[in-house]
Amino acid sequence: MTEVTTKSAQQGKEPIRASEFDPKFKYELQKIHGAENILRCFQCGTCTSDCPIARFSDTYRPRTLIHMAQLGLKDRVLNSDTLWLCAACFTCTDRCPQDVEVAAVIRVFRNLAAEKGCIPQVFKDQAQSLIETGYAYMIPELRIKKRVSQGLPPLPKGNPETIRKVLRGVKFFDRIQQWGDQK
Amino acid sequence: MTNKYLIFLGCAIPYRVASFEISSRKILSKLGVELVEMPEFNCCGLPFDPVSHETMLILAAKNLAMAEQQGLNILTLCPGCAGTLKKVNKILKEDKKQREQINSHLKRVSLEFKGTVEVKHLLQLLREDVGIDKIKESVTRPLTELKVAEHNGCHILRPKKYIGFDDPEDPQTLKMLIEATGATCLDYIGETECCGAPSVGVSDKVALQLAREKLNHVKMVDAQALITICPFCHIMYDTNELRIEKTFNEVYGIPILHYPQLLGLAMGMTPEELAFGELRVNPQKITKQFDIKEQNKP
Repeated sequence: MTEVTTKSAQQGKEPIRASEFDPKFKYELQKIHGAENILRCFQCGTCTSDCPIARFSDTYRPRTLIHMAQLGLKDRVLNSDTLWLCAACFTCTDRCPQDVEVAAVIRVFRNLAAEKGCIPQVFKDQAQSLIETGYAYMIPELRIKKRVSQGLPPLPKGNPETIRKVLRGVKFFDRIQQWGDQK
Repeated sequence: MTNKYLIFLGCAIPYRVASFEISSRKILSKLGVELVEMPEFNCCGLPFDPVSHETMLILAAKNLAMAEQQGLNILTLCPGCAGTLKKVNKILKEDKKQREQINSHLKRVSLEFKGTVEVKHLLQLLREDVGIDKIKESVTRPLTELKVAEHNGCHILRPKKYIGFDDPEDPQTLKMLIEATGATCLDYIGETECCGAPSVGVSDKVALQLAREKLNHVKMVDAQALITICPFCHIMYDTNELRIEKTFNEVYGIPILHYPQLLGLAMGMTPEELAFGELRVNPQKITKQFDIKEQNKP
């Protein structure tokens, strides 16, 4: 990750070219659930100053990401590796004086990045587990058997067939299926 | 319908944190809360929100719709599941357009979200349904000699708009529940800060620094244990404490207990019954006194 953050820091330092701006980006965002209030942000910085991740990361700054999005720097925002550092603690969402729902906006950025195929491995593993077991983690058979000796009732069935059925037509799900086919 | 709940385990608890489930079931049974097992449940959806909000909505709605068929409210032990199910429940109840869209998916597996059940986390159930007084009455061995610190974690508190049963800036529920056992709950710096767990796998370095800062603050007030109510926070501190000590050259030795383990001790249960053996950080500092009492029993 050190490598990743250094790369991101360098990316951020490259001069912005006029051709990079996408003036429609902010209006597209406004239509997506969670990012409706993005234009209300007046760059006070409450989100970044209260962000526990920003305290320990040299590059993750929610205010900067929102500013970049408002300016229309779509590719820079969506290709940013630091986007994936947000811990979804929702401190920024609760404290934003403009009701921007900052964590939800970050989630919208991530969803858009994922649509372009930019997905960290950890999410791919969880998705694979979901369609195979119905749970986000591969719960070892040993653990499931151990429940009896621990006096615990059986684990509810994950029923992955119904998951595959119910998620049909969801873009992200189609992508997981493709990975499965490639295996 | 009161005091009878469908228990929703989620993924993290059966995967890695059995001690939380074991101790929770023990105390709930003693408090007269009836748990009904679900034949089928799946991931709450939370892990997929970052990559696909729609996937999260569908998975959560599917679980809610299955609970609706049973006509029972949901109790979760994991605040992540509680937060997700509560949020989606609220969104779909209020937004007809989204509800119809999600229901078009659920229809394929003969389910429909109607919005007829509520979701509560263990903490909320203990405070609102069981009540602090009844918990105090259940205590037979007050833990007056213990001084501990609490860690609520994020998803039980925020976003206020969806969760909203406690004050996210100054939460009181867990403190009250700890004090009900007779133990002292200490104040410390940054009580409501995130444990860092969601960033594990993306940047372990950042995540561990967050956990380290928390443990430093807890150590500063000489807490004998840190009390959690979330499987992820528990993994972050209990499983990683040794790693944090090694990485940053720190010394903690602070046992990390699930709240139901603390309450169970105060109810007179043994550390063994409460699955203390599953903890990574040796809890002997806490259990020593109870083990001796155990040995003296006729």
